[in-house]
Amino acid sequence: MGKDMTEPENIETGAAKACSCCCVPEEPLSDKPSCCGPSYTVGAGDIDETVPGFLGWLSTSAGRVPQIASELTLRDRFGAWKARWGIGRMDYMVPAGLYAIGTPAANDPVLVTANYKMSYDIVRRAMTGRSVWLLVLETFGVNVWCAAGKGTFGTAELVARIHKTGLAEVVAHRRLILPILGAPGIAAHEVQKRTGFMVSYATIRANDLTDYLENGMVTTPEMRELTFSFRERLVLVPVELMLAWRSLAIAGVLLFAAAYLVAGPTAGIRVLAAFLGAALSGLVATPLLLPCLPGRSFSLKGAVAGILWLAFFFALSGFQGVNTWVIAAAFLALPAVSSYYALSFTGCTTFTSRSGVKKEMRIALPLMGLALLLGGVLALLGLLLK
Amino acid sequence: MKGFRYLGNVTTLKLEADTCVGCGRCVEVCPHQVFNLDEMKASIVDFDACMECGACRTNCPVAAIQVDAGVGCASGLIHEWLRDRNLPGSGGGCCS
Repeated sequence: MGKDMTEPENIETGAAKACSCCCVPEEPLSDKPSCCGPSYTVGAGDIDETVPGFLGWLSTSAGRVPQIASELTLRDRFGAWKARWGIGRMDYMVPAGLYAIGTPAANDPVLVTANYKMSYDIVRRAMTGRSVWLLVLETFGVNVWCAAGKGTFGTAELVARIHKTGLAEVVAHRRLILPILGAPGIAAHEVQKRTGFMVSYATIRANDLTDYLENGMVTTPEMRELTFSFRERLVLVPVELMLAWRSLAIAGVLLFAAAYLVAGPTAGIRVLAAFLGAALSGLVATPLLLPCLPGRSFSLKGAVAGILWLAFFFALSGFQGVNTWVIAAAFLALPAVSSYYALSFTGCTTFTSRSGVKKEMRIALPLMGLALLLGGVLALLGLLLK
Repeated sequence: MKGFRYLGNVTTLKLEADTCVGCGRCVEVCPHQVFNLDEMKASIVDFDACMECGACRTNCPVAAIQVDAGVGCASGLIHEWLRDRNLPGSGGGCCS
């Protein structure tokens, strides 16, 4: 697993999926930085010799352009690994502007991506051995999919970046190659009207870009088909854990303390284990087992995972020292915890619709609240009737 | 999307066939193969696969497509709900 996991992902042209990015469209197509990114509006600054993979300067009709390496260094890989764990994820970006991979000439293709460093790395690595131009948009360190949802990977930024970099003087053709998942933010016809550049939405995954270029820049059905493999789901788990650990730690300590005070240390540890297991059922098991869990609703899938966990837990730990009330309380309250975290995973996927999540939330959230409340009441009754 | 399907019959996607000029952009940008182009007219062939990303609407040059676009993210919707009601917590969560 080691090598695999330290490699930056190549799941999609422009990096990781949304993943708890909370891309609430405040003002679609505005140039405001995304809520998924840093809270300030400053991007990654100007291009200089410190840009990742810098090899030298290439002179063009519109001034010098940095030539960057396709091979990723250990540092790049470590950076990607850290970003996956949510460390420095909000500040993981490269300066927006025009870059050169290989030694591109006026007729070579122009690829467009976001300035999230993982997006930049994935694209340059996919272009090993080729000569292409890479136009990096200022998305404030947010990946293509998320930034397109917010509109920072958008028409206004693309048009402005084309003008700012003097792209029309650098290349002789008028074609831009964009990731398909960037399309929600870009109005291709507007870009063409305002700059003369024609937009081609090429592929979903950066890894298919080579095939796309070799296929005469024609997208095959496979290139536009989304996937959500076990590995693609696995890489999304760490950041979910990092986002949840604080609230889990607080709730865990409180539950442990309550059970410890009432029934002693063994009870404290058992309650804590049951709770953490339920949370991990939603945070880890549900994403990994997503297609195997029943139903279409994420909260239902999570609740099932939570119930399976509890069945396993009681089978393992036995029923000694717990009465029926406490068991009932556990089976009510803990699957609600799994269910909540499973519902949060909707933000990591690229197939859940806003209307669908809204509908699911309207039904699931009140049920979760009710289950927690009833579970609490039953647990108290269990203690009193002991 | 092979092997994955979300709740059915919820998407707000609408296509006005009369307005469509058959440019095929919607087919090109949809990551879930919701559209098909036949004889210079687009049609919706997999309504329930729509995730409301809005790529088709944004890229339709004649505004023949309507969809209430957004991201299907529960945390994001909770955040939005809190913000709309000026409740505490709206500035926090995973976006901070």
